[in-house]
Amino acid sequence: MSFVSVCHIDKIFPGTGVCALIKGKQVALFRPSDNAEVFALDNMDPFAKSNVLSRGLICEHNKQLWIASPLKKQRFNLETGDCLEDQSVSIKSYPVKITDGTVAVSL
Amino acid sequence: MEKLKLVVVGNGMVGHRYIEELVDSGLSKNYQIIVFCEEPRVAYDRVHLSSYFSHHTASELSLVKDGYYEANGIQVYIGERITHINRKAKRLYSDAGRELDYEKLVLATGSYPWVPPIKGNQSKDSFVYRTIEDLKEIENCAKRSKSGAVVGGGLLGLEAAGALKALGVETHVIEFAPVLMAEQLDQQGGLQLRRKIEKIGVKVHTSKNTLEVLTEGDTARNTMVFADGSKLEVDFVVYSTGIRPQDKIAKEAELDIASRGGIAINDNCQTNDPDIYAIGECASWNERFYGLVAPGYKMAQVACAHLLGKNQRFEGADMSAKLKLLGVNVGSIGDANGKSEDCKSYVYQNDDEEVYKRLIVSKDGRELLGAVLVGDTSDYGNLLQLYLNKIALPEHPDSLILPSHAGGEKPQMGADALPDTAVICSCFDVTKGDISQAVADGFTSVAQIKSHTKAGTGCGGCLPLIGQVLNAELEKSGITVNNHICEHFDYSRQELFHLVRVGEITTFEQMIKRHGRGYGCEVCKPAIGSILASCWGEHVLAPQHVSLQDTNDNFLGNMQKDGTYSVIPRMAGGEVTAKALGVLAQVAEDYKLYTKITGAQRVGLFGAQKDDLPTIWGRLTDAGFETGHAYAKALRMAKTCVGSTWCRFGVQDSVGLGSRLENRYKGIRTPHKMKFGVSGCTRECAEAQGKDIGIIATDAGWNLFVGGNGGMKPRHGDLLASDLDEATLIRYIDCFMMFYIRTADKLQRTSVWLENLDGGVDYLRKVIVDDQLGINQQLLSTIEELIANYHCEWTTTISTPASLDRFAHFINSDQRDDNVQFVSEREQHRPARFDEKFPSPKGDILHVELEYEA
Ligand code: SRM
Ligand SMILES: Cc1cc2nc3c(=O)[nH]c(=O)nc-3n(C[C@H](O)[C@H](O)[C@H](O)COP(=O)(O)OP(=O)(O)OC[C@H]3O[C@@H](n4cnc5c(N)ncnc54)[C@H](O)[C@@H]3O)c2cc1C
Ligand code: SF4
Ligand code: FES
Repeated sequence: MSFVSVCHIDKIFPGTGVCALIKGKQVALFRPSDNAEVFALDNMDPFAKSNVLSRGLICEHNKQLWIASPLKKQRFNLETGDCLEDQSVSIKSYPVKITDGTVAVSL
Repeated sequence: MEKLKLVVVGNGMVGHRYIEELVDSGLSKNYQIIVFCEEPRVAYDRVHLSSYFSHHTASELSLVKDGYYEANGIQVYIGERITHINRKAKRLYSDAGRELDYEKLVLATGSYPWVPPIKGNQSKDSFVYRTIEDLKEIENCAKRSKSGAVVGGGLLGLEAAGALKALGVETHVIEFAPVLMAEQLDQQGGLQLRRKIEKIGVKVHTSKNTLEVLTEGDTARNTMVFADGSKLEVDFVVYSTGIRPQDKIAKEAELDIASRGGIAINDNCQTNDPDIYAIGECASWNERFYGLVAPGYKMAQVACAHLLGKNQRFEGADMSAKLKLLGVNVGSIGDANGKSEDCKSYVYQNDDEEVYKRLIVSKDGRELLGAVLVGDTSDYGNLLQLYLNKIALPEHPDSLILPSHAGGEKPQMGADALPDTAVICSCFDVTKGDISQAVADGFTSVAQIKSHTKAGTGCGGCLPLIGQVLNAELEKSGITVNNHICEHFDYSRQELFHLVRVGEITTFEQMIKRHGRGYGCEVCKPAIGSILASCWGEHVLAPQHVSLQDTNDNFLGNMQKDGTYSVIPRMAGGEVTAKALGVLAQVAEDYKLYTKITGAQRVGLFGAQKDDLPTIWGRLTDAGFETGHAYAKALRMAKTCVGSTWCRFGVQDSVGLGSRLENRYKGIRTPHKMKFGVSGCTRECAEAQGKDIGIIATDAGWNLFVGGNGGMKPRHGDLLASDLDEATLIRYIDCFMMFYIRTADKLQRTSVWLENLDGGVDYLRKVIVDDQLGINQQLLSTIEELIANYHCEWTTTISTPASLDRFAHFINSDQRDDNVQFVSEREQHRPARFDEKFPSPKGDILHVELEYEA
């Protein structure tokens, strides 16, 4: 598995997400808290077909963390990419590694 | 099996109700149901007929949901009248030449207005008041008339008089008897009513016997001639001299007719032909027919139950009524005229407040026999229950009608005092027991009770009592209605607001640690973000708040479907200089933005890339523009008309006021967005009554309307106060805004908030105008702080370079989102559709794997 370095974790404000361009692909990175923990999902909202998920709100339901799309509020699981509203839909999630504060993602 | 044919003649309020009963009971499946409807439209709400003149349209009055008859397999012949019944052959004949056999027949033909045999009563200026068609004709005639008279000073006559008044003609009421509403009121009550009505400009003539209406006159088109020799010139006449049961076809078919008219029925609502029922105003039970809708509804229920083989009986009906006529509240219960043997009365009369109340009580003082209320009907609900349920009266029955300052310590007639059999909603015959059962079954809001039991969905008069019963039941069963905003906080928005203020909480982290649990979600985060902003007025993008905001607040623009943003600068009051417009045009040109006038009287630029936003706004703020908060739950705009400065009709400077107001409240975060409107005169070109705050100029100042809404469920605002000077107006709006901010639910527009506020606009007036809660000083000082804290969010953002990093699309690249593509359209452009971007996607559109890397 090859990890691609993206940025320093300080560039992701706790509680928000950013979008990274990795090998031509748009990946949304989320940092739920000020811990060194980051999740990576596809940036494209599969319903609207727009690259917006990194701009959603991170939320907790059923004791799990999700990202709510800023367009129509469908929620996607930060770990698995599954959609809470529609089980037939899921987006890709990617492994993340943080070494010395550098966030790296494997596609 | 062949279905039995059941024909309903007449599709009025009761006929329709009967069909609903058939459908609800499942009977409609066993019968082939055919309905004849003489009027050109299906059943509508005749009780609220007059509101056709104010804001209803014919379709809004309809009682039949779109597609209801079709969905239930019911055949309706609209505009077709049954002319004959052949009982031997069980066959009907219609005026369209149709012949139709029936197995069961239900007559629900209602009644018709009776017009006395006065010479001239057939002229083209004569009308009755019964159907939408009647009202349309009256409306047309009023347009070419200056004056009109209503013959008949009863309940319907006064209602018709109200309509004439509203149509703007000089209005006369002619009554044969010495007092108005002789059937429902006693003499003093009638006099009080008359004084009040005359005060609003209706001319009342009592003890007048109309002999003739001549179709000529000096000042008007017609002259009414009375038995006492006097005359009155008016342009048109509306007859409201009583109703008669529509029993003609029944009479011809030799069904039994009561001696005073009406198709005679037994307790099952059957006529003397067991296959024929009669219900509603056309029916006479025990020699009595009823001109109100509730007894008709009861008959519909009984007749349907009889078909089902159930034993329900019609046992007469109570004729008590509570009405608002020409703006005057009137209530009549039981023996209003005190005709019972050995009864005694208690009377309260207050000429200052124009209130008259009388109780008629049994000799032993134990039982209420009747009541008259004019000018103040707040006691009606309680008195009616005392009367209907024969509840023992308190020791001093007069305390029931005395105001508190006169020593009347009102005995609280809690819902608990009522027996389970007490009918709470007489329109739909719903008892207290039915409501308790519904609560036990989990229907715990007034709205749910309404849709589950139908209680409160007729005249609406019982709604306060439904609320009381509901609350009492909820309290008893220990159910608390859950209004928690989400799983992370066991509080309503209002409670959270107080917790923030009282605990001086300034961040979401403090809040969830102290009062919540878990991480938070897309509901509580922005809600608390908005509360923090409403309380402390800090920049929404201060670092500690960034993670709370929806993307719209986060990037200070509204996200569009393709992920680009809109740019909507403030144009207070709709004003913009040519020069500023020039800058806007140049920016739109340079950044290739789609440009349109928004629905809120300003210019919107659409399709801005996120990383362009700071520079776009940099240029706009340099030119003097500020953010328009189109993305925020905050004041959007004050829509104005040109007002007295330009318009020949304007009486005040509406643009000036609108722009001052918009600038005063801009930026303050509110539970939902807010919109203001200011019109320069009553023509209302700014549509202020459809706004959260609507202001309309008068000769003497400003009228303040609140709780209007366009949008999903349009609502006209309620008048809060009239003829205000600007300082008072602003003080009221200050209090209104803060009171709304403090007490509304999340994402609750003022319209919905007001509808849910106990006591409605009257209560609000007490809070804001009378300062009944004693909180206004506090509200005023809080809003002053928020106003003082205002800063343009875009100016602040641009001047904090560190906050600009977030606007890049990628954290690790300067490239842009290549999925944002435009297609040209009408000399501008729009976002490309999916199929335009990916001409031949494989597989199911939603799940297709998008491969657009090189
Ligand atoms: C841009 C605009 C349409 C246009 O092209 O003209 C618009 C666009 C949107 N409206 Fe609107 N509304 C616009 C005027 C209106 C008006 C007309 C008015 O203000 O006089 C109304 C009816 C009046 C009213 O609100 O009472 C209106 C009633 C709504 C509603 C219904 C609100 C309600 O409670 O009834 C929503 C939905 C909501 O807020 O929950 C809504 C929501 C929206 C949203 C925010 C939907 C969304 O979440 O994306 C739209 C995106 C705004 C954007 O991209 O900037 N918009 N919207 C108008 C912007 C006005 C402005 O300059 O700020
Ligand atoms: C202005 C006004 C205000 C009122 N306010 C109140 C109030 O506040 N409270 C209250 O309780 N009541 C009020 N009423 C009375 C209430 O509207 C009636 O009690 C109710 O409409 C009676 O219903 P119904 O179905 O019996 O008769 P209707 O509603 O009159 O319906 C009968 C229908 O049958 C049709 N029809 C008649 N003959 C035939 C035929 N041969 N073939 C086919 N169709 C036929 C008629 O055209 C009519 O449409 C008011 C009435 C008016 C006019
Ligand atoms: S509301 Fe009145 S003042 Fe304003 S434009 Fe219309 S007519 Fe003129
Ligand atoms: S009494 Fe009329 S709706 Fe309940």
